[in-house]
Amino acid sequence: MSGYMAGIISILAINVIFAYGIFLSVASGQLNLGGAGFQALGAYAAAMISANYDLPLFAAMLAGMVIAGLIGVALAFPILRTKGVYLVLATFAFAEVVAGVIINTEFLGGAMGLSVPGYVDWQPPAIAAVLVCLFVFYLMSTRFGLAMRAIHDDEDVSDLMGVSIRNVKVVAFGVGAALAGLSGAFYAFSFGFVEVQSFNALVSIYVLLYVLLGGTQTPWGPLVGAAFFTLLPELLRELLPAITQGVANIFGATADVAPPDESWRFVILGVLAVVMMAVRPEGVVTRTMVERLRFRRNRNKTLEEVAQ
Amino acid sequence: MTETILKLTNLSKGFGGVQVIDDCSFDVPRGARMALIGPNGAGKTTIFNLMSGVYTPDTGRVIFDGEDITDIPSRMRVRRGMARSFQNIRLMPHLSVVENIMLGQHAQVGSPLDMVTPLLKRSRWRREAEALLADMDMESYPGEVVATLPYGVRKKIEVVRALASRPKMLMLDEPAAGLNPSETAALRDFLVQISETGVTILIVEHDMSLVRSLCDRAVVLNFGRLIYDGSTKEVQHDPQVLEAYLGSRHAEAKGEVHA
Repeated sequence: MSGYMAGIISILAINVIFAYGIFLSVASGQLNLGGAGFQALGAYAAAMISANYDLPLFAAMLAGMVIAGLIGVALAFPILRTKGVYLVLATFAFAEVVAGVIINTEFLGGAMGLSVPGYVDWQPPAIAAVLVCLFVFYLMSTRFGLAMRAIHDDEDVSDLMGVSIRNVKVVAFGVGAALAGLSGAFYAFSFGFVEVQSFNALVSIYVLLYVLLGGTQTPWGPLVGAAFFTLLPELLRELLPAITQGVANIFGATADVAPPDESWRFVILGVLAVVMMAVRPEGVVTRTMVERLRFRRNRNKTLEEVAQ
Repeated sequence: MTETILKLTNLSKGFGGVQVIDDCSFDVPRGARMALIGPNGAGKTTIFNLMSGVYTPDTGRVIFDGEDITDIPSRMRVRRGMARSFQNIRLMPHLSVVENIMLGQHAQVGSPLDMVTPLLKRSRWRREAEALLADMDMESYPGEVVATLPYGVRKKIEVVRALASRPKMLMLDEPAAGLNPSETAALRDFLVQISETGVTILIVEHDMSLVRSLCDRAVVLNFGRLIYDGSTKEVQHDPQVLEAYLGSRHAEAKGEVHA
């Protein structure tokens, strides 16, 4: 496999894990714009532990995940009191605090960044992404998942049904933070270098976009969202020059056209994001869509049975 | 087991300067079908909210099944056998019918293990929820997302969801609002069927023909005060009730006719 493909698979796996981390908090009604903060916690924790202790990489990653998860639980309690845009701001501020602390801490490398001893190829993140995916599908099929979705829909009624809003929200937020931390640990070992600039606000926004545009009603949403937004820029990298060349040919230009600016890819990405929000405000994959696909499959099955 | 399942003593609740509930006391006998009626804004839904713990009363106590539950958090009350429906349908729109019912079962969850067992096709919870829907003649809808269902069906699902917690007392807030006469008649039979299983029913309702045919006792509220507590047969001849609904002049006129 080419280095390019391996790199894309690593990034895709990391983004899928990251998206599931944010999905767990969003699906329980907590819009989390602090993703980059938890990812940075996981990345720096794993990097520091593997640099200072003689532990296997897997143990360092586990530690990064646990630390991010514990800090997530600690943060989940105060933000229980916030709602709506204040919750978003609180989580966003948390990510800024994490970045601020890292940049001002000498032994974390400050603004210079930190080189990470140890490296993982594309296989471990890919396997982890599959496991995380299975875990979230399982979690959403349990009564805990049902309670999360119920809280997302109507908190007051969930409370009157006997659901402990606090417990469900704190656990969902904490487990989500741990997953975001795990994605950070994989990031550190895949790139071999961590610096605070790679965990900026844009990262938090993008991962939330994966989740919201993918759809928060089913665990398919983050998978589709993360895959779409990771692979589309790569696809455009190939397609865009071909398209401009084609358009130029239509207008009779014979000479080679200069390849378009890199930033055009992000313009197209932005336009697509707006279109998706307008056309499918509840995300690409909705509950009804999954039901319908399942129904069609069942119907085909019964038709086959009749034919036999 | 006491004869009275619910006892409200000297309940008061004010919001800002407005006294919404003013020194209300009444009992609900076990197994009764009782109505709570009154003009709009009388405080009926507030009483429900005080009972279910959405609001804490300023003064007075709520005693349910022999236990003072005034200081017990709302989410613990459903475990003690008190379930309610809401005036405006408040089903979870993104959950399917059977998932809404399974949410109603939440009060029966015992150990944390129940929280992490998948609710698959063959799980005990799902089968129980489907059986309950079948008992209530609603088995045609389990897989559908609630948001797409007709109004009358959603109203009925809300009652079934409340039942899924296996309550001792069911509190229904205007279950017949927006239903046509045949749907209301079906609802009446449905509630009688529930009542025959031993569940106490307390109902807030404006449809007086439903109230009269379903309930034997009624309490009437007006501006947060209890003005009548007695049989549903005589409630419309009570001068104070007439005054509350029709105004003092009309009440006098009507009283003369009856006299």
